[in-house]
Amino acid sequence: MNPFIIRLILISSVAAPVLGIAAEDIVTSAHPAHIPTLAASCSACHGTLGNAVKSGSVVDATPLAGESDVYLEQRLLDFRAGTRESTVMHHHAKGLTPEEIHQLALFFSRQEPEVRVAPTPQKLKAVNHE
Amino acid sequence: MSDLFERAFEMNRRNFIKASIASSALFMTVKSYAMGKTPPKGRVVVVGGGYAGTTAAKYIRMWSMGGIEVVVVEPSSQFVSCPMSNLVLGGSKSIHDLTFGYDLVKKNHGLTWVQDGVVAVNTHDKKVIMQRGELSYDRLIIASGIDFIYDDLPMLAGADAQQKVPHAWKAGWQTVNLRQQLEAMADGGVFVMHIPKLPYRCPPGPYERVCQVASYFKVYKPKSKIIVLDANAEIVSKKGLFAKAWSTQYAGMIDYRPNSAIEKLDLASKTIHTEFEQVTADVLNVIPPQRAGKPAQIADLLEEDYPWCEVDFLTYESKRARDVHVIGDSVASGLPKSAHMATSQARVCASAIVELMQGRLPDPAPVFANTCYSFVNDKEAMHVANVYRYDAAKKIMVSADGGGVSLAPSEKEGSYAAAWANNIWSDVLT
Repeated sequence: MNPFIIRLILISSVAAPVLGIAAEDIVTSAHPAHIPTLAASCSACHGTLGNAVKSGSVVDATPLAGESDVYLEQRLLDFRAGTRESTVMHHHAKGLTPEEIHQLALFFSRQEPEVRVAPTPQKLKAVNHE
Repeated sequence: MSDLFERAFEMNRRNFIKASIASSALFMTVKSYAMGKTPPKGRVVVVGGGYAGTTAAKYIRMWSMGGIEVVVVEPSSQFVSCPMSNLVLGGSKSIHDLTFGYDLVKKNHGLTWVQDGVVAVNTHDKKVIMQRGELSYDRLIIASGIDFIYDDLPMLAGADAQQKVPHAWKAGWQTVNLRQQLEAMADGGVFVMHIPKLPYRCPPGPYERVCQVASYFKVYKPKSKIIVLDANAEIVSKKGLFAKAWSTQYAGMIDYRPNSAIEKLDLASKTIHTEFEQVTADVLNVIPPQRAGKPAQIADLLEEDYPWCEVDFLTYESKRARDVHVIGDSVASGLPKSAHMATSQARVCASAIVELMQGRLPDPAPVFANTCYSFVNDKEAMHVANVYRYDAAKKIMVSADGGGVSLAPSEKEGSYAAAWANNIWSDVLT
């Protein structure tokens, strides 16, 4: 998409009121640890620093590391506005402020993409486990 | 400290120093990992190598640029995942698919690892005493998970009794035992499960377990029945979704009885007495009531009238002991005790510790996410997902608007649930 149009949608999505979140009550923390810690919370599905594991299953979580910040921000804003279909992401995006979404997009875009692996399962030892 | 332990520890230390030099160099080159300009110093001891403890250990190393020494004390040599372990009962997973070693996370992040059990914690002198030695700390993290309360179920406290009536609520051999009992049961038998009152580990877990056992019965033992005795007044998580899955996918098989706390249990006949009735099982699964895990009890971190640990939600520092942090299922948070929640708390705690050990204040308004999937059969899953934000007035984490559950279970979400597992295992264990 034309970057100008993306910017336009982006600005309008931010400006449009989003039902269900009392944005005026939320002051986004400007602490330098806020975004890296919040971003780390995404790793349960998207891998450490946004490097999702490729499992070869039918659908995988999207890798975020090194992705375009404009793209990531727009995706999150669309999930937040409910204009893009999702399974869980609308629940997450609606809980974030536009500033957090902007900063998260920047954070993940700056990460070096790397190959992450899931650990290899092993046989449970025959010790007396509870 | 015994000689043997001292030697083992010294060797560990030397390896650790080598590893930390290597990892510090690595982290220095990747500025985006770092939150400060100069690495902080000091030692953090983490008690417990589950989802919460291992995550905190890894992220403290990452965010301190390898500056903070982290020692993990964990009695088990293996990590067994509770998430996905109900699928062992359904038959689509083996316990060996959910069991992992700690080698990669130790090596990749220069963690010192002590395989031992904690026997005492001296919060005054800042020491952890183990069976084979002791460790001093600048800050201590207790990630002790859950412990079971047998006060009202004394007949289930022993290993022999649990062989007969497993809880299978910490993934491991009890999970395998329960699956074997289901396999050995004749078609037309009765599986009875008892659910304790909230709060307990994994609120949707018992209801997912019902689905998994039902999915096995549906194919292999279609004449069998499931009776659910729930001490709660209703299904406590994903209620509409579970009720619908039971009535559509397993019609006539599941008999759900709310407000059915155990009053008496006869082990020999596997008979449960509730206030209203008595129910006899062919296979019986009693999930006992729970409290914060043993290390938290040893360190005297539980509240007098509530068996969980109160913390400051900006740092996860215990309200009962300075420089001692509690994370994961042991915390009295009022939030679901899930693996993702445990890791989210762990990262906020790790971040706060790195800040505090550099003489800075932690983030005054942390935000984190929780996603929890439940499988209704071997392929279809559904979620509950929420963002939690710090409420400065109430001083707790509260659910942000916009959270919620799936419209319906689906194979697509089953696939995402598998991706969730692979990614969280990768994040925690590598």
